[in-house]
Amino acid sequence: MSVLHDLIFDYTLRNVALGAMLLGIVSGVLGAFAVLRRQGLLGDSLSHAALPGICIAFMLTGSRETIVLLIGAGIAGWLGTLLLLRTVRDTKLSEDTMLGVVLSVFFGVGILLLTLIQQGNDANQAGLDKYLFGQAASLIADDVISFVVIGALGLIVVIALYKEFKVISFDPAFAFSIGLPTRLLDIILTSLLVVAVMIGLQTVGVVLMAAMVIGPGAAARQWTDRLHVMLILSALFGAIAGVSGAVISVQAARIPTGPMIVLSLTAIVLVSLFLAPRHGLLPDQIRRRRQQTRLRDRGFDAVAEVRS
Amino acid sequence: MNLTLKRAAVPAIRDETAAVTVHDLTVAYRETPVLWDVDLTIPTGTLTAIIGPNGAGKSTLLKSILGLVPVASGTIEIFGHSSPRQRQLVGYVPQRGSVDWNFPTSALDVVTMGTYGHLGWFRRPGKAEIAQAMDRLEQVGMADFAHRQISQLSGGQQQRVFLARALVQDAQLYFMDEPFVGVDAATEKAIVTLLQTLRDEGKTVIAVHHDLESAPEYFDWLVLLNVRTIAAGPFVETFTADNLARTYGGNSNLLRIRESEAVRT
Repeated sequence: MSVLHDLIFDYTLRNVALGAMLLGIVSGVLGAFAVLRRQGLLGDSLSHAALPGICIAFMLTGSRETIVLLIGAGIAGWLGTLLLLRTVRDTKLSEDTMLGVVLSVFFGVGILLLTLIQQGNDANQAGLDKYLFGQAASLIADDVISFVVIGALGLIVVIALYKEFKVISFDPAFAFSIGLPTRLLDIILTSLLVVAVMIGLQTVGVVLMAAMVIGPGAAARQWTDRLHVMLILSALFGAIAGVSGAVISVQAARIPTGPMIVLSLTAIVLVSLFLAPRHGLLPDQIRRRRQQTRLRDRGFDAVAEVRS
Repeated sequence: MNLTLKRAAVPAIRDETAAVTVHDLTVAYRETPVLWDVDLTIPTGTLTAIIGPNGAGKSTLLKSILGLVPVASGTIEIFGHSSPRQRQLVGYVPQRGSVDWNFPTSALDVVTMGTYGHLGWFRRPGKAEIAQAMDRLEQVGMADFAHRQISQLSGGQQQRVFLARALVQDAQLYFMDEPFVGVDAATEKAIVTLLQTLRDEGKTVIAVHHDLESAPEYFDWLVLLNVRTIAAGPFVETFTADNLARTYGGNSNLLRIRESEAVRT
């Protein structure tokens, strides 16, 4: 019970756990759409693209306020994404090529700016590099409140536009043919992913953010064949990974939180991959075995041979 | 909420106008023209086949009429109007391969998507919409599969689901991109019967079609396309050896079979 006690009364643990939970929920829901639209790596590209935004926001304002830096991150991530979608549409380059280009160019610029800032004599400079790998322990109550506001706005948009998002994810051409503004919806959905990344930067950092986008959705898909269930499960898995990662890292001192959250998430993904009743690898094997036995019993040896 | 108003506006149909009129349509992917100066009139109430070799621009023609691909020049009218809101009169059945059938959704859910256009922003499909979707599934003989995950359906069943989704839109004009590809014989018959019923109800159906052998049996209007319009008109008059030769280039073995086919009809 001491964990529960600490969760409620320990200021740091409470903030870290709440922040990680909110991150898990928001990136779980929006990441699920990204996974379905085969844009899992968009989250990766986007979070790397956010790094120069953090640096530029700091250089312009001299402020280390989380919200200021995150707005910078959001703008840069968003610009990177628009650039990406634009070039994929207007050139012959494929999406994975452009993801790689945007990711490394923006990240390279980000590291460059980060080094410049750190070489300067500004006493305020320290701590920007926490956005690289995340530093959840630095979350304060105000950060958590910002996450709640940003995250709630994002989720409200998803709930309001649920059916539109569903149809553009499944069949964009059909969506267009029934009169939906598919390009606008596409931009809104991608911008929401930017929101998820903004929440994640301080907690898990630029480098590991992709896992938070892809993991919950990939795990949730294993358990269900319905979109709304998948979104709910995805949020739940993200939240569980966030809270358990936070608790483990804070309780077992000296383990960084971001990587621990990602490891918790990986455990969930692995369990889902192997054990989920409908799509899991293990139940699938068992079903196949049973079928072979059945066929053999009926004397269809040859068929069973072919099947195995 | 400008968008709401736009989508709620009622599209116009004038009687006795052609379902589709295309004038001087040119579409190019980069420098290569896919459609060149296409002129077409497809009368209301026909069951029209668009036939031509691979790369003739058949799918592109459908997509450009729907506004799915940018048009380099030319005008397109649906029931006599060129406004984009006329698209609401169209039910579109894309090629089956154009979507990811592993998407977490059921047959019934996909068909319900056909009601989204009428629903407008923020409104969820309710009992009425789901009942309509169920009726249409029944109509295409798929009621028993309503709650199946769509990847567990055969190619023919998936095509029927797409068809049901278009039916629930209650459109005046149906565009079908290769509805018979990868479909079993029973489904093909069922689809054709359904399309003919739609035609008999006064709707217009335009389908991209491949099989020259079955075409004369299924359709009553024909567009022969190979980047340009080669010929268009009532099926029997247009489906001639000469026109087919001009459409397909006229020197392949395949063509000889097609010519004998054409002569026979």
